Amino acid sequence: MDQLLQFVFSGLTVGAVYALVALGFTLIYNASDVINFAQGEFVMLGGMVTVFAHAAGVPLPLAALLAIVVAVATGLAVHRFAIEPARGANAVTLIIITIGASILIRGLAQIMFDKQFHRFPAFSGEDPIAVLGASILPQSLWVLGGAAVIVAALWLFMERTLLGKAVRATAANRLAARLVGIDTTLVLALAFGVSGAIGALAGILVTPITLTSVTVGTLLALKGFAAAMLGGIGNPVGAVAGGLVLGLLEALAAGFLSSTYKDAVAFVVIIAVLFVLPQGLFGKRAVERV
Amino acid sequence: MLRVEGLRSAYGRIEAIKGVGLEVRAGEIVALIGANGAGKTTLLRAISGVQPITAGTILFEGERIETLPPHARVARGIAQVPEGRQVFGPLTVEDNLLLGAFRRGAEHAAEGLDQVYALFPVLAEKRRLPAAGLSGGQQQMLAIGRALMSRPSLLLLDEPSMGLAPLLVDQILEVVAGLRARGLTVLLVEQNAAAALAIADRGYVLETGRVTHEGEARALLRDPRLREAYLGV
Repeated sequence: MDQLLQFVFSGLTVGAVYALVALGFTLIYNASDVINFAQGEFVMLGGMVTVFAHAAGVPLPLAALLAIVVAVATGLAVHRFAIEPARGANAVTLIIITIGASILIRGLAQIMFDKQFHRFPAFSGEDPIAVLGASILPQSLWVLGGAAVIVAALWLFMERTLLGKAVRATAANRLAARLVGIDTTLVLALAFGVSGAIGALAGILVTPITLTSVTVGTLLALKGFAAAMLGGIGNPVGAVAGGLVLGLLEALAAGFLSSTYKDAVAFVVIIAVLFVLPQGLFGKRAVERV
Repeated sequence: MLRVEGLRSAYGRIEAIKGVGLEVRAGEIVALIGANGAGKTTLLRAISGVQPITAGTILFEGERIETLPPHARVARGIAQVPEGRQVFGPLTVEDNLLLGAFRRGAEHAAEGLDQVYALFPVLAEKRRLPAAGLSGGQQQMLAIGRALMSRPSLLLLDEPSMGLAPLLVDQILEVVAGLRARGLTVLLVEQNAAAALAIADRGYVLETGRVTHEGEARALLRDPRLREAYLGV
């Protein structure tokens, strides 16, 4: 029982990160039908920029802020210089462009940083807290709490502000959005910027636990994608649920089977979803638009 | 108010409109009629800027607008009610309307909401419901209301009667006729030619991408060739 609880804690922590990556996918997908595989690089940038700025003597909060700014700028640049020039190309072409962008970002990061694993100190100490016989790191609480705040802030933005409603309108019906005067190019740029910020925050929160390096983005992008698929691509609630479920499955597989198979879980989930539940847990059945 | 000259537009290699010219004067209701595939919808979409054009000019209030993006044309006073209504299904009725005023900002929207609710009281009753749950007629009202929220001077209406019961068609077209009294200019695309010409001042007939007839609505209604081809008499 204690052991199970321990797996649940670690599963939820890593699941919260997958959830944030999946949310980034969802935002951009809804604005454009594009799956942005550079999403994982935003997480990498969040961690790495913070590490190196902190090592250079910048206080941790400022270093984190700098990392968010860098990730947002990177997201906007991907949109402006990779997606926007190919406007009108089909979604598959754009998806391949995002894979190219992710390789470029990783390459540049390798030149600017190094290939080592890094971390910075946890925000409020490293001593585990005992909970019902299991233990949880204070940083895990930061991850879970931070993810909850991000999800809530995003929900408020989407539901309560006119700009957020414009993003939802663009997702619901792009033609009508253009006809009411929404600049859908700007909405997509906004989606890339916000996805960059969310990814960077995820990277900053989780780096003291999982460590980071320039190559962490690839696997995170795939796992975030698996989470988004599991939840039903395009559905923000599904993205969060999918992320948490995937994290739990991984932790349980690592705990009860073998940690060797941990990374395989995400891919088994992708295959299972495609075979059994193509619309995901919360997705709508595909509707033919007329 | 609106003058279109030599307009061409194509889907890939297939040219949908092949050099169309038309004029809409301030305060008019102009009907654009023609069979399926004649290019009516393409023309409206080109005027709104959501359909690329390959040649021609579009003058709105004396200025060329054919290179402006759609949102800039909305800001200048052109609003379209698209074919098939295209409401934002998951959003509430009220959010759909507020987004209609997106270019004007939320602070101007309250007054617009009151006017739309006065015009279509059923929308006020359903303001908190998702638009996808409305009936076809109610969605058409919502689409018209959403377009009015931008305070347009020119309203482009694409097939407002499509898929509606005859009684509703009359009701919607009555509203359209009433909009003119508020100073709105209307370009109305309809397959239901008789109903459209009945409320219009002038009309154009589009056939396979070209204007084949134009004139006073009453004259078009009496034209024997048109009566046979479009009015079913």
